[in-house]
Amino acid sequence: MKRTLLVCCGTGCLANGSEQVVQALENAINKMGVMGQIEVKAHIKRTGCNGFCENGPIVQILPDDISYYKVKPHDAQDILSALQENKVVERLLYKNENGERIKSKLENPFYKPQYKIALRNIGEIDPGNIEDYISRGGYEALTKALNMSGSEIIEQVELSGLRGRGGAGFPTGRKWRTAAGYDVFPKYVVCNGDEGDPGAFMDRSILEGDPHSVIEGMAICALAIGATEGFLYIRDEYGLALKNVNAALASALELGFLGKNIMGSGKALNLSVVRGGGAFVCGESTALMASIEGRVGEPRAKYIRSVQRGLWDCPTVLNNVETFANIPVIIRDGGPLYATLGTKTSSGTKVFALVGKVKRTGLVEVQMGATLRHLIFDIGGGIIDDRPFKAVQTGGPSGGCIPSAMLDLPVDFDTLTQYGAMMGSGGMIVMDDRDCMVEVARYYVKFLTEESCGKCTPCREGLRHMLDILTGICEGRGQDGDLELLEQLCQTIAESSLCALGKSAPNPVLTTLKYFRDEYEAHIHNKYCPAGVCSKLTTFVIEKNKCKSCGLCKKNCPVNAIRGEKGQAYEIDQRSCIACGSCRQACRFEAILAQGRAQK
Amino acid sequence: MTEEILSLITKYPKELRYALAAMQDMQRQFKHVPREGIELLAQHIGCKTAQLYSMATFYKALSLDAKGKHIIKLCDGTACHIRGANQLIDGIERLLGIAPGETSQDGLFSLELVNCLGSCAIAPVMVVDETYYSKVTLEKLPEIIDAYREVTP
Ligand SMILES: Cc1cc2nc3c(=O)[nH]c(=O)nc-3n(C[C@H](O)[C@H](O)[C@H](O)COP(=O)(O)O)c2cc1C
Ligand code: SF4
Ligand code: FES
Ligand code: FES
Repeated sequence: MKRTLLVCCGTGCLANGSEQVVQALENAINKMGVMGQIEVKAHIKRTGCNGFCENGPIVQILPDDISYYKVKPHDAQDILSALQENKVVERLLYKNENGERIKSKLENPFYKPQYKIALRNIGEIDPGNIEDYISRGGYEALTKALNMSGSEIIEQVELSGLRGRGGAGFPTGRKWRTAAGYDVFPKYVVCNGDEGDPGAFMDRSILEGDPHSVIEGMAICALAIGATEGFLYIRDEYGLALKNVNAALASALELGFLGKNIMGSGKALNLSVVRGGGAFVCGESTALMASIEGRVGEPRAKYIRSVQRGLWDCPTVLNNVETFANIPVIIRDGGPLYATLGTKTSSGTKVFALVGKVKRTGLVEVQMGATLRHLIFDIGGGIIDDRPFKAVQTGGPSGGCIPSAMLDLPVDFDTLTQYGAMMGSGGMIVMDDRDCMVEVARYYVKFLTEESCGKCTPCREGLRHMLDILTGICEGRGQDGDLELLEQLCQTIAESSLCALGKSAPNPVLTTLKYFRDEYEAHIHNKYCPAGVCSKLTTFVIEKNKCKSCGLCKKNCPVNAIRGEKGQAYEIDQRSCIACGSCRQACRFEAILAQGRAQK
Repeated sequence: MTEEILSLITKYPKELRYALAAMQDMQRQFKHVPREGIELLAQHIGCKTAQLYSMATFYKALSLDAKGKHIIKLCDGTACHIRGANQLIDGIERLLGIAPGETSQDGLFSLELVNCLGSCAIAPVMVVDETYYSKVTLEKLPEIIDAYREVTP
């Protein structure tokens, strides 16, 4: 039997050593060949990110449908020997909550509830091999689109109900229809791969693991609106994505899916990659376009929208990576079918980056309208160490923190917005009782203060003042009136900033103020950080009766503030302790307690 | 250096839209965008040096001051932040005496904070030059850094 070994070579797995695993597997295959045991005809494929990086490197074996996790080079021989005998290596299978070993990827509790469209090929194909993509129906949609009029293509996108996945949720069909309506040429199609939200990596994974799906989507868009030139604006930090996209562009050109005469149709499209300059604001549409033109990436006022006057003042369609990745499926299977997925106003699926204090972290794609509880507890398996869930932060710096009372809300474009948060581009950061909500708000404001382009005053100055106040609260200088002042600043910034960065910047503060006000008040009035995070307000002590004197805390203390020996309870020297909390994180027995300073 | 700069620049057509790419190439090669590079690029494209300086100071990927031989990019994106990135920042400061944005006195290391390297599932993440390190802890930190120190007897 001929086997395919799919080795995950996304950024996460590479960091965990998947390249060495590939080498070891190759060596093992060769060695067995030399020994005349080559019953196993295996060949290795390097795939993109399977979305479960924490358990990488991942090796999937087809057609046996075996998935191995955390594979190390020295496991290679066992894997192949087992294949030879049609057995599985139990110890490398995924172990679920009940301790059962799961063989099939689709039975894995992390993958089972998922519904994949945007991620349909990732992990199953070698992104460097266009034939792989074609063998799974790739470029069929483009072929179909070449025989449709622009208006017919757009009609399918409209019928699908697809809304932009970059955060704002603007109806994609409507955007295309508008762009198609202008009689100004050239027109441009641009893919937003700037993915700056801290804590999100959906787009990286798609660009790395299935670049052709994005290219095909862009080509279909170009046909629909009559564009002949396009750009993919990709973050410079995404080295592997840049490499794979460039290679994919070259092979698509070679096979005639791009270029001067797309598949003999006489239509032309030239796509090229622009490396981002590392500014979050460049994800904003007009700033991104300024950056492509070779200017400073500052947004402009949108009296005239960029669909009308975008790149070099010509009509331009800008869509997110995931938006484009959905397009081929919509054209191939028809818009109405896609519209049956998800909810009425948010059709289709959405990819989320489920990260933070959740047991199974990674990329998940589900139908729109799934509840937060389903995502965090069913797919994510709950909170690490079964600690209490405190909040989930969605939508990145423009989003908000959602408390446990709201876990049953469905996630789509409209619901979370009603509660002051937003679904955004799909980052979902889970927090437990050891995360301080004031500090989280401060973190986002700091991020935005640094990323504000400085063009308009409310955002540039207002955020700085908010940061001062929040830092003060975290460091014990909070006063009466701070919260009211914060709220006032939030309102001003939201109302008067030029671009959406400033307009949405108050969201993390407003939602935490709304749902976790008591935490702010504890910081201000009692000089106490309930989560034990703000170091100026916290001391750590070791509870003598709980300490098993294992010494783990001592090992993890960066300043050697912990004394003790085996057999005796350890002790923290408060004079040298910097209250970083490393010891509490390390302790397996909950023996380290965070206390306020004032209480001491 | 002039030769090297010219060979980087002349790869690109004489248009402003390639300025960012050309400066990123210089940054990669020289660990900063040298003054001479900006002047030569302005001549090549036919734009003002001020236009290029405004870009060089705006984009985080570019710097006018020379960076260290090895660039440590420590992720302080949300996922890494709540999994202890802060402690790593302090840890590096104690190890190398540099705060984010600084370069060590021996010119070996620069520390940069970045917001999400797209590997949140293996947080906290650190990248030295091009190599990714996953789930970095204070304990692992010295070992990772030491591997980049030149072996001087
Ligand atoms: C500050 C800021 C940052 C943004 N960053 C991104 C980003 O990284 N990726 C993205 O696709 N959209 C981003 N957006 C949204 C884009 O402006 C734009 O709405 C989107 O790319 C349109 O594509 P879509 O309709 O397919 O979502 C950002 C917006 C703002 C205001
Ligand atoms: S709101 Fe902020 S980021 Fe947007 S234009 Fe104004 S200063 Fe720049
Ligand atoms: S890189 Fe392998 S699962 Fe993400
Ligand atoms: S937050 Fe650090 S890799 Fe995403």
